[in-house]
Amino acid sequence: MSWVKNTFSSSVGRKFAMALSALFLMIFLLQHFTINFISVLSKDTFNEISHFMGTNALVQFVLQPVLIFAVVYHFVMGFVLEIKNRNAREVKYAMNKGSANSTWFSRNMIVSGAVVLAFLGLHFYDFWIPEINVKYVQGDMSGLLADGSFRYYEELVHKFVDPVRVGIYVVAFVLLSMHLLHGFASAFQSMGARHAKYTPAIKKLGNIYAIAIPAGFIFIALFHHLTSH
Amino acid sequence: MSANKGLNLTLKVWRQKSQKEKGQMETYQVSDISPDSSFLEMMDILNEQLIEEGKEPVAFDHDCREGICGSCSMYINGEAHGPGREITTCQLHMREFKNGDTIYIEPWRAKAFPVIKDLVVDRSAFDRIMAAGGFISVNTSGNTQDANAIPIEKANADKAFDAATCIGCGACVASCKNASAMLFVSAKVSQFALLPQGRVEAKERVRNMVKVMDEEGFGNCSNTGACEVECPKGISIENIARMNREYLNATLKGE
Amino acid sequence: MTKLDSKIPEGPLAEKWTKHKNNIRLVNPANKRLIDVIVVGTGLAGGSASATLAELGYNVKAFCYQDSPRRAHSIAAQGGINAAKNYQGDGDSIYRLFYDTVKGGDYRSREANVYRLAEVSTNIIDQCVAQGVPFARDYGGLLDNRSFGGVQVSRTFYAKGQTGQQLLLGCYSAMSRQIGKGKIKMYNRHEMLDLVIVNGKARGIIARNLVTGEIERHSAHAVVIASGGYGNVFFLSTNAMGSNVSASWKVHKKGAFFANPCFTQIHPTCIPQHGDQQSKLTLMSESLRNDGRIWVPKKKEDAEAIRAGKLDPTKIAEEDRDYYLERRYPSFGNLVPRDVASRAAKERCDAGYGVGTNETGEAVFLDFSSAIMRYGQEEANVKGLHDASQEQIRQMGEQVVEKKYGNLFQMYEKITADNPYKTPMKIYPAVHYTMGGVWVDYNLMTTIPGCYAIGEANFSDHGANRLGASALMQGLADGYFVLPYTIGDYLADDIRTGPIPTDTPEFDEAEKAVKDRIDFFVNNKGSKSVDHFHKRLGKVMWNKVGMARNEKGLKEAIEEIKEIREEFWKDVKVPGSPDGINQELEKAGRVADFLELGELFARDALLRNESCGGHFREEYSTEDGEAMRDDANFTYVSAWEYKGEPSEAVLHKEPLVYENIELKTRSYK
Repeated sequence: MSWVKNTFSSSVGRKFAMALSALFLMIFLLQHFTINFISVLSKDTFNEISHFMGTNALVQFVLQPVLIFAVVYHFVMGFVLEIKNRNAREVKYAMNKGSANSTWFSRNMIVSGAVVLAFLGLHFYDFWIPEINVKYVQGDMSGLLADGSFRYYEELVHKFVDPVRVGIYVVAFVLLSMHLLHGFASAFQSMGARHAKYTPAIKKLGNIYAIAIPAGFIFIALFHHLTSH
Repeated sequence: MSANKGLNLTLKVWRQKSQKEKGQMETYQVSDISPDSSFLEMMDILNEQLIEEGKEPVAFDHDCREGICGSCSMYINGEAHGPGREITTCQLHMREFKNGDTIYIEPWRAKAFPVIKDLVVDRSAFDRIMAAGGFISVNTSGNTQDANAIPIEKANADKAFDAATCIGCGACVASCKNASAMLFVSAKVSQFALLPQGRVEAKERVRNMVKVMDEEGFGNCSNTGACEVECPKGISIENIARMNREYLNATLKGE
Repeated sequence: MTKLDSKIPEGPLAEKWTKHKNNIRLVNPANKRLIDVIVVGTGLAGGSASATLAELGYNVKAFCYQDSPRRAHSIAAQGGINAAKNYQGDGDSIYRLFYDTVKGGDYRSREANVYRLAEVSTNIIDQCVAQGVPFARDYGGLLDNRSFGGVQVSRTFYAKGQTGQQLLLGCYSAMSRQIGKGKIKMYNRHEMLDLVIVNGKARGIIARNLVTGEIERHSAHAVVIASGGYGNVFFLSTNAMGSNVSASWKVHKKGAFFANPCFTQIHPTCIPQHGDQQSKLTLMSESLRNDGRIWVPKKKEDAEAIRAGKLDPTKIAEEDRDYYLERRYPSFGNLVPRDVASRAAKERCDAGYGVGTNETGEAVFLDFSSAIMRYGQEEANVKGLHDASQEQIRQMGEQVVEKKYGNLFQMYEKITADNPYKTPMKIYPAVHYTMGGVWVDYNLMTTIPGCYAIGEANFSDHGANRLGASALMQGLADGYFVLPYTIGDYLADDIRTGPIPTDTPEFDEAEKAVKDRIDFFVNNKGSKSVDHFHKRLGKVMWNKVGMARNEKGLKEAIEEIKEIREEFWKDVKVPGSPDGINQELEKAGRVADFLELGELFARDALLRNESCGGHFREEYSTEDGEAMRDDANFTYVSAWEYKGEPSEAVLHKEPLVYENIELKTRSYK
């Protein structure tokens, strides 16, 4: 299997792997958003879907590890490539005008990425670690609160009470939006998917996705924050 | 060709004696530069002035002075080949500047392009990438088939030509925040990949060229697109996508 | 007087080359591995020769002063490359290409060489396509052709305005393949500074590593000079800044005869000089003359007003414009050969009708307005727009012209800041190509055994004037298809020689001479820069040995060049050290050689009491200013032997024999 090693240690192979993991993450994000948005529409449906996702074996033991791998790979490789790329220019320019030829978003993926990573840490602390704790450490797979109702919606709403947390949430999603404004179309380019007819459409779709999804998450956060009092 | 008044300028120029020694920015003044002069003619005047003062003139690569040989390579005011679009340094004219301007002049910066003196860098990494596969393996026997034996779709012939207009100046590497050489390499890969003559060894070619590119210490592409904006020949990053495709096809699918 | 042996094979013209190839000796593949060949220069000729020699199995050492072989000045050729393919079915043939080339060269080239050139021209196109050169194609996927000045068929293959670039990159690719295999050892940023002769044979060179400053010895069984032309003797030319005569001049000084130095091509369509700070001139492809009309005002006062910037040339009425090429040469009009077009422009400017804004007023208009309106009308007809306004027609016409010449128009605008779609271009002739060069025989060997010269560096194929799109053809023909065969005939004797040692007295001596000269330059306490002398030399050359020459001027030039040379050796100032990159030192060596060549150039022009091709002597012209050739006395190649000072050079004549072509007065009327 030396070809696997050769391919994925090459520059083009790594770009491809970054793009693949990014695509997976973008699909995940869409799915995550859809479910979260349901919380705005219907508390019960949200609870049911959350319970299904939290207890379904396929989701938990196949998709979740893939997701973890994609997240870890995307971040680790992101940093590895950033270090490599910085090393490719040892002496910096005394005067450099990056804005003349590229967008701030595209040049600062590591910045937006790092902020998103920091946010993910918080997010794991808020949701994922408690989930794992309840389900797999304490072994409570019921998904129920003491009063017999599902706990998912309550937990979600509870987190958005704190305005500071909502603030952090908003900032993180603005940065995620920036990351996606470049990342979405960039992933296609890295995989070699470029076509005179379809690439402009992909770019448009990318812009819509990059703005709509983070904006949607922000909306959900603000909605719960404002309606929970 | 207006007879404008001459320009007085402050130049901040990178000076470095040799590859081993450290360099620094030096400041010079030039005056009465004709706006119709080219940027390199302004550099000639600076050098004449330095010789006059008993100082060593600034070394810089240049040759054809008409934008095709790819020798000239200055990073001017933070951009490869200066502020113009689709031009090389030698095609930049002083009418782009205003009297009293300060101009920063630096060499291409990349680990794979070490500075060997002042503004002169060593771009032989490009030659080594070419030697790894930038060709079609056909001997010059003169006994190849007739040139018109294989018709080539005009659209592909034109795209191959567009990729082939690369002058190998290295502005793509210099402009890329990662000092990546992918625009250069992909232009050559694309030119041959688009022609039936080049398809025969397309897989071998892209694998070998990418391998040497990586070994030379260039950074990785992160699709900022800076290279295509600064490229004096306007070569599109469409070629990078094509190279990615070719490479993945060659490695993941194999023979 | 020694008789020069051109070694032209016997037999009918069309069979000479085939017969010759069948008769010359070969080196078997195993023995080729034992033989080294040095190639100096990596343009079309040197690049193609290096690649082919390496493919054949020789060990090639290739040298170029640039940082990569891909930067040689062949890259700047715009228009195209001729080949007798007759793809257009317009009656072209090898014979016609041969005939046009000899006629275009004003009957001062060798029949056999030119025929061979025409013969192998078709292989070049096949070869280049196989190498992946992206020539222009039509919608059927087949190769497209265009027409060039001085001929009546379409035989020019092209890749937009960058044909030279694409062909050179083809050579460079072929070289890269051999470099990868280790068959070519490439010496970038190296300049040849002398030829080493051992026992009468060329056996190596002394080269300076331009990065470290080291003086290096390189040996080989044969040395090929492919270092291009010497147009930079004029200081301002369309050549690259680094283009120089030094490699050719060094072999000349070591015994190779220098032929026809005065045959220089002045290209009619260049962007005029803008001022004293200018470093080089830029060519606009000859293809522009297909659609542009050349004119100056009929009235002197209009010309003066334009020069002063007080009159917009588009405001001059049709009847007040002098389309002088159409007036003088009704049958070829704006498409007369380069030498004729250049002289006509000079004649008008000298008479006071020039429209340039510089001090001399040197420029004429190249006007596309009628082509724009003509194409626009065609478009309107095609689109069925019968009531299109003049403005709409003009817009459509501009689009057509943009498709054909867009990159050239853009280049013009970048340099001059004038929009050539709206206001006529200004052009003026400039030094472009040198037909003269190192004398070679049919095998491309100089008068030094084992020393060859190919491409623009030799003199052989273009006579007194080169046709458009023929330089690329010759460079590739020499390098791909001629030299690799003929050099075998010579090297067949060297299969047992073994590597040539470099620790011999001949190398010692050559190296010492090179080092002494470098030491002189860096230690000379002069006061003037190298460019100062180069500019002065260029002025003399342009004013007195340029487009029109006369006895008085040439004699003055010879004296003036001598004076500049003497002053140069006393007062030149070369800052910096010889260890490491020193561009002033590089220039000093080149200008020193130009200062010698310039004098020989003027002497050659003075000797040739006739006007032919690019060489125009005012005394030898008709009343209406047309050239007068003297076939009775000057149907020969002047080959100069070095004897110390240029004034002592000895002339040898190689008579030109025309067995297949009748010598006629070239008329384009």
